[in-house]
Amino acid sequence: MKNFNGRILFLDRADINTDEIIPAKYLTESSKAALKPYCLEDLALDGFDPKRDIADKQVIITRSNFGCGSSREHAPWVLECNGINLVIAVNFARIFRQNMFNCGLMAIELPEATIDELFRTFAKSGAELVCDLEKRSFTITGGGQSRVVEFTIGDFDLALVKAGGWVGYADSKY
Amino acid sequence: MGKTLAQKIFDSHEVDRPAAGVRVLSLDRVFCHEITTPIAINDLVAIGRDRVFDPDKIKAVIDHVSPAKDSKTAEQGKTLRDWARRKGIKDFFDIGANGVCHAIFPEKGFVRPGFTVIMGDSHTCTHGAFGAFAAGVGTTDLEVGILKGVCAFREPKTLKVEIDGRLRPGVFAKDVILTVIRELTVNGATDQVIEFCGSCVDAMTMESRMTLCNMAIEAGATCGVCQPDMTTVEYLWPFIQGEFPSREAALEAYSKFRSDADAEYTRVLKLDASALEPVATVRYKPDQVESVRALEGTHVDQVYIGSCTNGRLEDLRIAASILKGKRIASTLRAVVSPATSDIYRQALREGLLQVFADAGFCVTNATCGACLGMSNGVLANGEVCASTTNRNFNGRMGKGGMVHLMSPATAAATALAGHITNSELFKG
Repeated sequence: MKNFNGRILFLDRADINTDEIIPAKYLTESSKAALKPYCLEDLALDGFDPKRDIADKQVIITRSNFGCGSSREHAPWVLECNGINLVIAVNFARIFRQNMFNCGLMAIELPEATIDELFRTFAKSGAELVCDLEKRSFTITGGGQSRVVEFTIGDFDLALVKAGGWVGYADSKY
Repeated sequence: MGKTLAQKIFDSHEVDRPAAGVRVLSLDRVFCHEITTPIAINDLVAIGRDRVFDPDKIKAVIDHVSPAKDSKTAEQGKTLRDWARRKGIKDFFDIGANGVCHAIFPEKGFVRPGFTVIMGDSHTCTHGAFGAFAAGVGTTDLEVGILKGVCAFREPKTLKVEIDGRLRPGVFAKDVILTVIRELTVNGATDQVIEFCGSCVDAMTMESRMTLCNMAIEAGATCGVCQPDMTTVEYLWPFIQGEFPSREAALEAYSKFRSDADAEYTRVLKLDASALEPVATVRYKPDQVESVRALEGTHVDQVYIGSCTNGRLEDLRIAASILKGKRIASTLRAVVSPATSDIYRQALREGLLQVFADAGFCVTNATCGACLGMSNGVLANGEVCASTTNRNFNGRMGKGGMVHLMSPATAAATALAGHITNSELFKG
């Protein structure tokens, strides 16, 4: 199972689409590693600089409908290439969310009020979090504040994360 | 309680229930193209599983960059082509005989009512027009689909969009679906199937129904579906006439997938077709939709007619009827890309391509190309395109470019005027 702890990149916008996460012109790459330099290259977000802001981040916290648009699994791959294994949002586009679990990565959905509070309290403080999958909770710390946040995850989704993804799960079962 | 079309398809294809609320379904079709499939193929080879579950149920096409534009895209095409030959996949469509996936696979009769279909492409929802459950998936789902012929989905909740009445002249399926997306918003149908019904949908051709279902994903939907009816049977008849003694018999067989009258829906959205008007998107999300009247005069640098949404023969005929004998404005350029090689040939026979060429359009072969900014009409920074495609995301057709989505009729009128308009459509 992968590691879901680390420093947090806060992306304060809804409807971030997979074209913004990895533009289509890079879909001609035939290896996942080759995608690494282009992560969030076209993200339209004031003050965001992918070259500066992604480095040393392992977790994304964002608003609603993250990963909408194209089905390209290059979006979770480019996050993973950059060490980001966990995205927390109000909700996700279905295909992106499934792609995350299929790769053994984590997509956690939280109520809008909780996400609002995390932004208010931790977005400016260089926060980090530690995730406990067994307890289905994470501890977020930054700027002298700390919170324990519980989340729900479907049994099937968790099984995929534990199996390292859908290929391993399906190959042993079907 | 009755069942929806999607629930009936789930029931008839269930392989496993790995957890509450999740079902693993057997697949009738796995469609493949050269952008998302090669990494799945390479991974299957790397893990020692270079097999396919059924070569007759897998269909493959080179469409996103056609012909190859550089060494990398040539390599992707080669990987898919070599694999199709190696695995005995007979239905592989190479350049010259190819087409945009969601146009060519229906055209070949590969989609039937009641089928389950996946593809590594978000607009796979198009095929729901035939009363199938068709979902876009990522490369990992595609890889497992190729190897095992199964895919996992959450229980299908269904949202009904009921469109009654007749569309006014100049208003088309594209205007209907853009209006629906405005109402639902970009995630209003997430994890749901959108069922399109009502007398307006009943009166639509299969081409128009495909335009509707194609953009269901832009409201977040897993699939868009239409109920199979005699229009579906007529479209499929050349492919199914050996299977059924009559059209009526085919209709009876397919009707078992129609939603029950007492099926449960999460929401019902009702639209009066006669009240709809031509619309186009503004800014960078497909639910940002305004009337073409309000956008009259908006500057445009390029007009693009094509794609899995609106590159079919019906679309080309409508656009050509507006362009016939006229020239596009000197302030813009225009591109038309018939969605498949067969559509190209038919448009050639009917004289449609002559109309486009005489009007000053660049006529290209079938390809996804410009729709996602890969080739054949990419925008420069700051440029604006009036387009019949499906996504107006920031930079979608080229970094720094912006896209107004609209119907082929409005796009053709815009090409003539040099700015967004459809006043041509309502003359006389």
